Amino acid sequence: MNLILVAVIVLGVVGLVSALVLFLASKKFAVWEDPRIKQVSDVLPQANCGGCGYPGCSGFASACVKAAEGGSLSDLNCAPGGQAVMEQVAGILGLKASAAAPKVAVVRCQGTCDVRPHGVEFDGVHSCKIQNMTGMGETQCLYGCLGEGDCAAACLFGAITVNPATRIAEVDESKCTGCGACAKSCPRGIIELVPQGPKNRKVVVLCNNKDKGALATKECKVSCIGCGKCVKVCDKFEAITLGTNLAHIDPDKCKMCRKCEEACPRGAIKAFNFPPRKPKAEAAPVVSPASPKVEETVAKASASPIVEKKVETQKESETAV
Amino acid sequence: MKTFRIGGVHPAENKLSAGSPIREAALPKQAIFSMFQHIGAPAKPVVKKGDVVKVGTLLGEAVGFVSAPIYSSVSGKVSKVDVALDASDTRRMAVYVDVEGDEWEESIDRTPDLVRMEDRPDLDAQAIIEKIKQAGIVGMGGATFPCHVKLCPPPGQKAECVIINAVECEPYLTSDHSLMLEKTDEILVGVSLIMKAVNVNRAYIGIENNKPDAIRLMQEKAKAYPQIEIVPLKVQYPQGGEKQLIDAVIGRQVPAPPAIPISVGAVVQNVGTAFAIYEAVMKNKPLISRIITVTGKSVKTPSNLLARLGTPFSQLIDECGGLPADTGKIIGGGPMMGKALISLDIPMTKGSSGLLIMNDKEARRAAPEPCIRCAKCVSACPMGLEPYLLAKISSQYMWEEAEKEDIVSCIECGSCAFTCPSHRPLLDNIRLGKSTVMGIIRERAAKK
Repeated sequence: MNLILVAVIVLGVVGLVSALVLFLASKKFAVWEDPRIKQVSDVLPQANCGGCGYPGCSGFASACVKAAEGGSLSDLNCAPGGQAVMEQVAGILGLKASAAAPKVAVVRCQGTCDVRPHGVEFDGVHSCKIQNMTGMGETQCLYGCLGEGDCAAACLFGAITVNPATRIAEVDESKCTGCGACAKSCPRGIIELVPQGPKNRKVVVLCNNKDKGALATKECKVSCIGCGKCVKVCDKFEAITLGTNLAHIDPDKCKMCRKCEEACPRGAIKAFNFPPRKPKAEAAPVVSPASPKVEETVAKASASPIVEKKVETQKESETAV
Repeated sequence: MKTFRIGGVHPAENKLSAGSPIREAALPKQAIFSMFQHIGAPAKPVVKKGDVVKVGTLLGEAVGFVSAPIYSSVSGKVSKVDVALDASDTRRMAVYVDVEGDEWEESIDRTPDLVRMEDRPDLDAQAIIEKIKQAGIVGMGGATFPCHVKLCPPPGQKAECVIINAVECEPYLTSDHSLMLEKTDEILVGVSLIMKAVNVNRAYIGIENNKPDAIRLMQEKAKAYPQIEIVPLKVQYPQGGEKQLIDAVIGRQVPAPPAIPISVGAVVQNVGTAFAIYEAVMKNKPLISRIITVTGKSVKTPSNLLARLGTPFSQLIDECGGLPADTGKIIGGGPMMGKALISLDIPMTKGSSGLLIMNDKEARRAAPEPCIRCAKCVSACPMGLEPYLLAKISSQYMWEEAEKEDIVSCIECGSCAFTCPSHRPLLDNIRLGKSTVMGIIRERAAKK
C-alpha cells in the first residue's frame, strides 16, 4: 500500500515540476507571430502551388501580412484563389484588393502528328526537359510541343494533359487556375498565361516557331511564318506585333474582332470560346482539332507502347531509391 | 599494366574496322560547313552567296580566344549561308558550298614528304601556337576544344609533360588506330611540335594494349625520339577521358573543378590532333579533313575513311556499302558517348570520329526496372560519384542537392548506365542535372 502511495506521489511531483518548467519555458521563449498570418493562411486554397512566387501558402500569407504594413497588396496575387480569395485576404488585413485579371494557360502549339510528322523516335527518358536537350526532338520543329508531359506532371490541379492522339498538351480551362507552374516547367516556353477574357474569349497565336518562313513551312503545316498579314489587318488596334518571325497578340489591346484569325494563311491564330461564325465566314482556314483524321489515331495511339511505358516509368520512380 | 585507379568498365570492343587501311572518301556534291564545330564562340561566316572558294579558303573566322576558324575543304561556289542541321541535332548557322573540281590554295604543301623538326629550326613556341590557332585545330578526340587554348597555360602554371591520347577506348572506333599505323612518323613530329609549343622535354603516348601492332610500330619509330615514351595501357573504358588518362600514365589525379589538367602539369592532346598539328605547321594545311570510322554489325565494309569536313554522312555510308535495311539507330561518335542522329544529311565536322550504325535489335534500350541498390554504378564511376543518387535527385529537380553531390564533375562517360543491371537511364537524368546546375552556377557568377 505504502509503495503504491510513494510511487503516485513521486510521479505526481515529477509531473508537476515538469509542467511548471514547460510552462515557464513556453512563456520565456515564446515567439510572437502575427495572428493575421494564420487568419490569412486559413482562407488560402492550401494548394501550395507556388504560383505566387512564395514557398507555399504559409509563405504567401506571411508576405501578405508584411506587404500590408506597407499599405498595399498590389504585387501579390493568389492565382488559384482568384479575386474572391484576394478580397478575403484584403478584408482580414483591412485593405482593398487590387483587381488582378484572372489568367489561364494556353499551349501555343497545334503541331499534331498529322501536320507535323514525327520522323524519328525518342528512346530515352520520357521527359520534355531531357528530350529537349537532345536537340530537335522527334519532329522537325525546334520550337513545338514535345508531348512528354512535363507540364502535366507540374500541374497540381489536373488542368493540363497530353492528348495521346495528337501528342500535344491541352489545357482544361475550367480547372486551370493560372498559377503558371506548367509555363515554368516547359523547356521550350510554349505555354503562355493569357487573361481569361470576357466570357473566356481570347484570340491567341498558337505557334512558337521562330524560324524563317520557308523553313517554318517545311517543319509544320500550321506554323506561324511571320508573314505579317495579321499585323496588317490589325492596323486599327495595333494589338499584333511581329517578333523573330513570330506574331504575338497583346491581349490588352485585342478587341476580339477575329479578323486576324481569318487573315492567317496558316491557321496559326485561334479564337477561343467564340460562338460559331455566320455561314459565309465558315470557310476560313481554321484547323479544327476534332478532324476525323485525328479521331482515327486516337484508337491507335491509346494502345501504343509509348503510352504504356510512361505509366511504367512513373510507377518505378515511386518505388526506386 | 597501367590503368586509372577508380571505376571503369570493359564493354565488348567490336573493333570491326581494325586493320582496314585508310581510304579516301569521294568529294561530295555539296559540302555544308557548320560554324559550330568547336566548343566556345561559334565562327563568324566571312563569305557570302556566290563567292568562289578553294580548298583551304577561310569560310568563318574565330570570334574571341576560345574559338576556331573554319576553312573550306572543297573548291566551288558558296550557294548559301543559312542554318543547317548539324551533329548536335539542331539547326545552326552554316556555309553551303557547291563543289566544282578540286582546286587547292597554293600555300598548302601537298607533297607526301616528311618534314622533320631539324628541317624547320626557325620554329619557336609562339610561331607553332599561332600556326595551330590559324589552322583552326580543335581536340580531335570528339571534345573539339580549341587546341591553342590548351597550349597556353594560365599564368603561374607550367606544363611538365605532354600526354598523347591514343587510347581510343570507345568500342567500334578505329580511326586513331589506323592513323597510328599509317602516319606514325607524322604523329611523332606532331608530338615534338606540341612539346616545343609548351616547352617541355617529356611526352608519353598512351595506347591501350588491344592495339599491339600500333604499340610495336610506335615503339620502334620512337627510338629516334628519346623524349617520347610509348605507354601501353590496360583496356579499360573511359581511359580516353583526360583525367583518367593522366592518372593512368603519370599517376597524378586532377582535383575537382576549377582545377584543370595543367594544374598537375599535364597537357593532354589526342593523337589525331598531333597529326593535324603536323599538317598545319609543317605542311601549312588547315584542318579540312579527318579520319572517320564508319562501322556497325550490319555495315557491309566497315572502314576508316579520310573524308573532307562538310561531307554529308549519307555519302560516307554509301562508300561503305550503303545503309543496311535493318538500321535502327545511327550514332555520331562511338556507342558510349556518341549522339544519335536524326538525319543522314548532317555533315561531318571536326569532331566526327565515327559513324556507328546499329541494327534495330541493338538500338532498342531495355525497359528500366527498379533500382536494386547493388551499387554497381558507384563502383563503375571513374569520377567517384554516386550515379544512382545523382540520377534520382536530378529527376526530382533537386538542383541544390545535386550541386552538393558534385554533379558537375560527371564526365558523361555512361559507365553507370552501361553497368546498371536494371537498365536505369542514369545518364539521361544526370546530364539534365549537370546542365541545369552548370547554368545555375554560371548565373550566380554573372550576378557577382
